[in-house]
Amino acid sequence: MLNNFVMPDLYPAAPEIFLLLMSFLVLFVDLVFGATHRWMAAMLTMIALIGCAAITLVTSDGQTTLTFGNMFVDDLLSDFLKLLTYLAVIMMLVYGRQYMADRGLDKGEFYLLVLYATLGMMVMISAANFLTIYLGLELMSLSLYGLVAIDRDNTRATEAAMKYFVLGALASGLLLYGMSMIYGATGTLEIGGIAQALYHGQSEKTVLVLGLVFLVGGIAFKLGLVPFHMWIPDVYHGAPTAVTMFIGSAPKLAAFAMALRLLVYGLFGLAADWQTMLLIMAVLSIALGNLAAIAQTNIKRMLAYSAISHMGYMVLGLMSGVVGGQVDAFTAINAYSSALYYTVAYVLMSLGAFGMVLLLSRAGYEAENLEDFKGLNKRSPWFAAMMLIIMFSMAGIPFFIGFFAKFAVLLAAIKAGYTAVAVVAVMFSLIGAFYYLRVVKLMYFDTPVDSAPIAAGMDLRVLLSLNGLAVAGFGLFPDAVMMICTTTLMRSL
Amino acid sequence: MNSQLLSLAIWVPILGALPVFWIGSERRTLVRWLSLAVAVAGFLVTIPLYTGFDAAQGGMQFVEQAPWITRFNTQYFLGVDGISMPFILLNSLITVLVVLAGWEVIEEKQAQYMGAFLVMSGLMNGIFSALDGILFYVFFEASLIPMYIIIGAWGGPNRVYAAFKFFLYTLLGSLLMLVALIWLFLESGGSFNILDWHQLPIGIKPQILIFIAFLVSFAVKVPMWPVHTWLPDAHVEAPTGGSVVLAAIALKLGAYGFVRFSLPIVPDASHQLAPLIIALSLIAVIYIGFVALVQTDMKKLIAYSSISHMGFVTLGFFIFNQIGIEGALVQMISHGFVSAAMFLCVGVMYDRMHSRQIADYGGVVNTMPKFAALFVFFAMANSGLPATSGFVGEFMVILGAIKFNFWIGFAAATTLILGAAYTLWMVKRVVFGEVGNAHVAELKDIGHREFLVLGLLAVCVLAMGLYPFPFTEVMHASVDNLLKHVAVSKLQ
Repeated sequence: MLNNFVMPDLYPAAPEIFLLLMSFLVLFVDLVFGATHRWMAAMLTMIALIGCAAITLVTSDGQTTLTFGNMFVDDLLSDFLKLLTYLAVIMMLVYGRQYMADRGLDKGEFYLLVLYATLGMMVMISAANFLTIYLGLELMSLSLYGLVAIDRDNTRATEAAMKYFVLGALASGLLLYGMSMIYGATGTLEIGGIAQALYHGQSEKTVLVLGLVFLVGGIAFKLGLVPFHMWIPDVYHGAPTAVTMFIGSAPKLAAFAMALRLLVYGLFGLAADWQTMLLIMAVLSIALGNLAAIAQTNIKRMLAYSAISHMGYMVLGLMSGVVGGQVDAFTAINAYSSALYYTVAYVLMSLGAFGMVLLLSRAGYEAENLEDFKGLNKRSPWFAAMMLIIMFSMAGIPFFIGFFAKFAVLLAAIKAGYTAVAVVAVMFSLIGAFYYLRVVKLMYFDTPVDSAPIAAGMDLRVLLSLNGLAVAGFGLFPDAVMMICTTTLMRSL
Repeated sequence: MNSQLLSLAIWVPILGALPVFWIGSERRTLVRWLSLAVAVAGFLVTIPLYTGFDAAQGGMQFVEQAPWITRFNTQYFLGVDGISMPFILLNSLITVLVVLAGWEVIEEKQAQYMGAFLVMSGLMNGIFSALDGILFYVFFEASLIPMYIIIGAWGGPNRVYAAFKFFLYTLLGSLLMLVALIWLFLESGGSFNILDWHQLPIGIKPQILIFIAFLVSFAVKVPMWPVHTWLPDAHVEAPTGGSVVLAAIALKLGAYGFVRFSLPIVPDASHQLAPLIIALSLIAVIYIGFVALVQTDMKKLIAYSSISHMGFVTLGFFIFNQIGIEGALVQMISHGFVSAAMFLCVGVMYDRMHSRQIADYGGVVNTMPKFAALFVFFAMANSGLPATSGFVGEFMVILGAIKFNFWIGFAAATTLILGAAYTLWMVKRVVFGEVGNAHVAELKDIGHREFLVLGLLAVCVLAMGLYPFPFTEVMHASVDNLLKHVAVSKLQ
């Protein structure tokens, strides 16, 4: 009845509401001025994202607030992840501006889809209920399918979008199926309620574990873990590079939030079960990602396989929170914050790596083959150095952020008693070092095949330089980001 | 105590490299002089480490300690004892020589070449002075990056293969070490402090595992037989400066690792596995000595001779007596001078003839008398002639080995024959005899710059050979300390 309706507290969801309103404005402005003033949509998108960041910062009080009937949560973790998401999206827009414009793809739809995908991620990050998770996930995924296919006449992109859509729909199906089973066993959709139900231990274990399997499958698909990784190389390869960059950065943060909320907040009681699943998938991802990346000649595909292996390392941290069924708050925080730190580091490196691909691309030319990096040191020593930093960082060589991310994860894994797994993981990172080294080899030891001057604009150059320096700087002084990750989790768990 | 010195030794060359990179290779004169200025400044700041060193004290000196990563209790913790201090000086001195050696011969991207060596010099100083496990590891691995670039970008025809082999081989070892470091961190209740680890009691099984993890890492670096195969490739392909730094400094890192990590942290495993190390060392000394004998490429020959000499070093460490360990340390420093000089000599000839094949030379003494004199002198030092530094270290190790076991000492002593055989035979074929061919007849003798570089090294070699006391004096207390430590079992 209408008189039973209680207005929910909108304050915790202020950034989402603001973004939604701004998207309507973009829609309207694009309709009226789209043909003549293309820059307006871009400008408004930027303003929307910066506004969101401001609102998130202002409304962040470090408290955990539930709203919309316990479906939506605003805590320090969500604020932190949302801020990083805005940052990643803004960086993607700056990196991709010229690339999209050169190809006539900087239409209103592009900005709208980016905004809706961002909104989807924000909802995922703040979800406290299975329905909210699913809502956010679908909003993000559907927008991403559209973005992959935004270059309509490109058959490879369309094929990638189709593949992404079909597999993505399947994964959503898996996730829903798993959710329904867990609902059946516990009688609630609320993540907090499920944790309670598991704690009391009156639920049917068989149904729960079966549901968990499907749930983990859905999460693994979003993170791109073996054996749910099939879509990653094709989508990364087929999508326009700016979109690849988008898919390769911010959604990883949202997927991390989803994994953390579902597995750690919700299904912590089943940790022993999902730990084993994650362990197997982590090792397989690290192995397959690193081995397959060696065989690639296309840098986008190579980075796709590298993304698979990186997510494997991240999950290694995620699964190390519980030691032999014993919960120890310090170990748990340590492990989850190492996974969070890994995700943050990976997003930063991934943005930089795709930024390099965009730097070398120009109107009518896609610099997506490894060959295009040949002799970069002769063409531009500065950007060759930036790529060198990013590649060595991804390979996990110090003094760069990627090393400390791997280090934190390995420490968590060894602490949880997975020493053998850690040894396997470092051995595969040795194999991984090979293909990162190959990029450095192409840049420094070979002579250029493409001697055209770099056409990228000043905005891209400055951002890429900052990005590369951040990878190095956060490596020299890793303390601050690590402390933020730890504190955030400590106050949100 | 003046305690910013180690930071200066690390960061002066690294930060000094930045303007060198920035200037770019177009302004060659400026780049050269600036690089030289940075290298010399880097050397000058290390001199107070020697003059201010308290030789009576066995502990760490010039200590600097500041928090770095609070979450893992990792510290920016530096300090040197009598074992590590000489290497910082050696490294900084060699960097000056490398800059001088690359003065004219490096034509392409000279700024990057010089900058890479300066960065590497700083990182190496970091390795020798780090007292925090992770800080050590970070310097240890980061130093691979400039070396990889140096071999790959300025090396010979097969440089890419050599660069990859170098990088991946070394990385293999250090990754296992990382796992061992993390294990020690957890076992010690959350400390990465190496000095804490020295006191940490560990059971025998983990000790052996840790020893093996360290062994893989350091053995690759030393390199010990049978994981030495990267070295000849890397040496042959690297530019002269790269070979010099590899031989003079990079190889010492592995040996240094044994004394800083393996021996004091896992003494019982060291004692148990000492026969293995001694066997590997003797194989390196004898078998690799024979391998060196049959080389036709001068750089390869010196590379194998390096492996053989480093076998002496590991042998000296694992016979656990004062004279053996001190001899090994002296041998490390002496080898730093002699191998650097030998590679520079080959570089001098290579710059003129573009060949490293022994067969392409003959009768060099006729056209390059000054050079020939120096080359013969260094060859003598390499084969361990008394009154050169090469003799002191080898003699001390052989003495120590005979004390330990006569037959081991006897086997090690064969190096005096083998070393003389391969080095002097090469010198005979290259330097003496009739002028081999028309190219040799046109050779020009060394110029002032080359003479300065080689002459400086010759003075060092001679000084150390005639009066090694200043070198052994600083080590004495620290080695004593180490031996006392190794003698105490960590088992409970």
